[in-house]
Amino acid sequence: MAAASGFAESGADLDLVGIQKRFPGFTAIEHLDLTIPAGSFFALLGPSGCGKTTTLRLVAGLEDPTTGQVLIGGKDVTKLRPFERPVNTVFQSYALFPHMTVLENVAFGLRRRKIADPIDKAHEALRLVELDHLATRKPQQLSGGQQQRVALARALVNRPALLLLDEPLGALDLKLRRQMQIELKSIQESVGLTFLHVTHDQEEAMTMADTVAVMNKGRIEQMGAPEVLYELPRTAFVANFLGQSNLFTGPVAGTTADAISVDVAGVKVVVPKSRAARHTGTVTIGVRPEKLALHTEKPATDASTNALGPGRVIDVSFTGVSTQYLVDIPGVGNVTVFTQNMGFGPTAHEGAEVWVSWHVEHGFGLEDDPDAEPRFSPDADTQMLAVQTKNELQSELEAEEA
Amino acid sequence: MSATSAATRTELPAAREGKPFKRRIGLGTWLLPAYVTIAFVFLLIPIVYTFIFSFNDSLKSNIVWRGFTFDNWLGICNQVEVCIAFGNSLLVGGTATLIATTLGTMIAIALVRYRFRFRSGISLLLFLPMATPEVVLAAGLAAEFLTAGVQKGLITIILAHTMFCLSFVVVTVKARVTTLDPALEEAGRDLYGSPTQVFWRVTFPLLLPGIVAAAMLSFALSFDDFIITYFNAGIVQTFPTYVYISAARGIPAQANVIASAVFIFAIAIVLIAQITNASRRKRLGLN
Amino acid sequence: MAFTAFSTGTAKEQAPRRKSKIALLLLLPGILYLLLFFLVPLVALIATSLQEPVPFGDFGQYQTAFRWQNYVEVITTYGDQIIRSFTYALLATIFALLFSYPIAYFIGVKCRQWPLLQNLLLVLVIAPFFISFLLRTLAWKSILADESFIVTGLKALSLMAPDAHFTGTPAAVVFGLTYNFIPFMTLPIYAALERLDTRLLEAGRDLYAKPATSFFKITVPLSMAGIVSGVLLTFIPAAGDYINASSRFLGGSSTSMIGNVIESNFLVSLNYPAAAALSIILMSIILVLVTAYVKRSGTEDLL
Repeated sequence: MAAASGFAESGADLDLVGIQKRFPGFTAIEHLDLTIPAGSFFALLGPSGCGKTTTLRLVAGLEDPTTGQVLIGGKDVTKLRPFERPVNTVFQSYALFPHMTVLENVAFGLRRRKIADPIDKAHEALRLVELDHLATRKPQQLSGGQQQRVALARALVNRPALLLLDEPLGALDLKLRRQMQIELKSIQESVGLTFLHVTHDQEEAMTMADTVAVMNKGRIEQMGAPEVLYELPRTAFVANFLGQSNLFTGPVAGTTADAISVDVAGVKVVVPKSRAARHTGTVTIGVRPEKLALHTEKPATDASTNALGPGRVIDVSFTGVSTQYLVDIPGVGNVTVFTQNMGFGPTAHEGAEVWVSWHVEHGFGLEDDPDAEPRFSPDADTQMLAVQTKNELQSELEAEEA
Repeated sequence: MSATSAATRTELPAAREGKPFKRRIGLGTWLLPAYVTIAFVFLLIPIVYTFIFSFNDSLKSNIVWRGFTFDNWLGICNQVEVCIAFGNSLLVGGTATLIATTLGTMIAIALVRYRFRFRSGISLLLFLPMATPEVVLAAGLAAEFLTAGVQKGLITIILAHTMFCLSFVVVTVKARVTTLDPALEEAGRDLYGSPTQVFWRVTFPLLLPGIVAAAMLSFALSFDDFIITYFNAGIVQTFPTYVYISAARGIPAQANVIASAVFIFAIAIVLIAQITNASRRKRLGLN
Repeated sequence: MAFTAFSTGTAKEQAPRRKSKIALLLLLPGILYLLLFFLVPLVALIATSLQEPVPFGDFGQYQTAFRWQNYVEVITTYGDQIIRSFTYALLATIFALLFSYPIAYFIGVKCRQWPLLQNLLLVLVIAPFFISFLLRTLAWKSILADESFIVTGLKALSLMAPDAHFTGTPAAVVFGLTYNFIPFMTLPIYAALERLDTRLLEAGRDLYAKPATSFFKITVPLSMAGIVSGVLLTFIPAAGDYINASSRFLGGSSTSMIGNVIESNFLVSLNYPAAAALSIILMSIILVLVTAYVKRSGTEDLL
């Protein structure tokens, strides 16, 4: 058994094959196929109720899948119980044993596996997280950040092939969270284990992970390096969950060798073919707010620039680094623009007539069918999902009876 | 999916078919429920026995089954002694509960809300009666009444019951006072409530569930008490002392009727409280 | 509830306590009551335990003295009963703990998703409370009597010797004590387990603890406060009980406990000093045991 073999020398691949997880009343995971290469820092990102925590619990063995297999290092562990799996978890609540000292907490897993010198190894792990001086304290006597580090040490000391992190920084304040993000990342690089990190914080996922998978409603919507996900979102959900996006829908009006042009309220908007998922029919295209430029006079357009306008500024908010404008363009809707505060004061005031423009290369085309998907898919939490599913099932049953 | 986009996008792996997964149901899954079921059957055996024998068409002693009858239920007071003993139990329980709940609630509020000297001494004085075997309390009170030359009777029983109920009331109400947010009282004062108004309109209603629980516990303790009563009753009989005395010569089936009726009544109160509580929680959307 | 009387419970954040005359008004009546009807009786008991018979006086007449020999006499006369009381109480406490823990665990942990079932089962646990203590003990006496079908059945199956009895034996007394105090054991353990954070059990499983290890290393230590309360709430009344051991109930001539001899000395032979001395001995032993036990299990700060 993998657990009995002691310390993992390095991380192992995680392979999830055709996973589905149904709970009474709702489906937490629709269908999941995922491979996480050894030694990588992988983040599962999504709103609450998207199935990310369930995925983590399936890997840890705390839940059984309805269908599918979990493979760690190529070995099927689906039937193994949690204590037989070479996996450790940093729990969202930390779940530190309140009746044991910090040191006893960290040595717990080592003692269960009868590893030699558990105390020395526990001290070593506590030194790694710089808490060895608090080894004799009880967890309740530590601050939130310290407890988080003890939880990390308690999991890491076992050198699991795979380390699972369930929103481990969620309970910390912003400043501490930033600091811990950097520490976690550097610890992962130094120990070389595979980290699977679950979070709803897009910034956290992008800062720390090599690869990010965005989950929604029990499925992975898109997966890739953080820059790729941000610059080239494939669905409206990803476009709006990962940062903000301005999305426009319209029919494809023309196609060239390497670009499509979309009719947005009578204006031709060009998107490179390589950045558009669909090239025919009605499509949704988008552009990030910080890629937009704001003009008080109608800009001169050429083949490499898209422009929309005129519209009216309906809101200006100053955030320090940048200024956010909300522009209402008739026929198009509200468009958000972020501008860097390079000079003093805003470039346009509320009520001003403005145009927006962006470089053709910055636009992207989504894969979603605009008719099937609303402009923005609302965030659904677990309870809502359960209620929806229940109502659907009920109406199905009623339809059958009738 | 277009070929040109493949370079820039990290593709999801192709969908693979997962095998249905079913974990073997282990021994532990049904062992515990099975044990608990048997344990509850065991716990309820004497209750069922007592209930069944309340319908026994018995003569003087109610040990051998002689046939089914409703006579015992319809003529509880055919055995006058049982009836009087039961009445005494109700009287003692009611009076002792009233006094113990009042005094105990006052102490509980003081313990949580105020600073005073001899706190640890007072805590010890409240704790000790619960840690003292009943027979010691009983003998002590009897020795005191004997020394003081007090005639034993209903009064001495009530005095004794109030004493041992008091500590239990304090513990129960204190738990409620501790969970009471002091900011609620501060809000009451902030909104122009005089101390008396704040107590009766804010504090008391919030403490009421705890006080009611304490009163019910106190009545139950008093009603079922035998040892302390027996030492301090003189010639007066309560329901338990009646059962004890007649145990030697045979207990009439009317005793089973009273015990069963009290049991049904108590369970009904508890269940009604549970159900109203549950439906209220449901209405408030807490569950 | 009172069943948490002995539990430790972490003190909640409270507003600073005020100093006020009102405190005195609130405390005075109740405290005076306890002084008058708890402390004074204890003193009276000590005084009585040292009394001597009135010379040439009537049966049951005693006068104030300092006759400490009373203690020596009751210990030599009733040594057996004293030892028996604590042995029976200890056995009953152990059996009640073993019987109750799985029930408390089932209700407090396994039934969490179904609060209604949880409440119903709790009602069933305390149900024996609501039928008179004496009547339920008498019911067991009838159920386990020599002519009952349980005993005749066991004899027919040769699981019991043909001339053996159950009622009147030490086993029956321990059985009765166990049964009668089960709710006192179950409820505090339930209260502790109900608060148990099951995420800690998941953490244990994640850290390679087998189910049995998780149970003994995490569940049991975290429910210790409940176990301590339950043990005290069972042991104290069981040691002083005399109903179960009485020959009218489940006991016989050779099963009498300290409570039985206190009763007979006080109410039958009117030997008040002996009864008082026995009471003081019982109380002292219990206080010593309770203090030692509570110190050892690390749950102090009672009430």
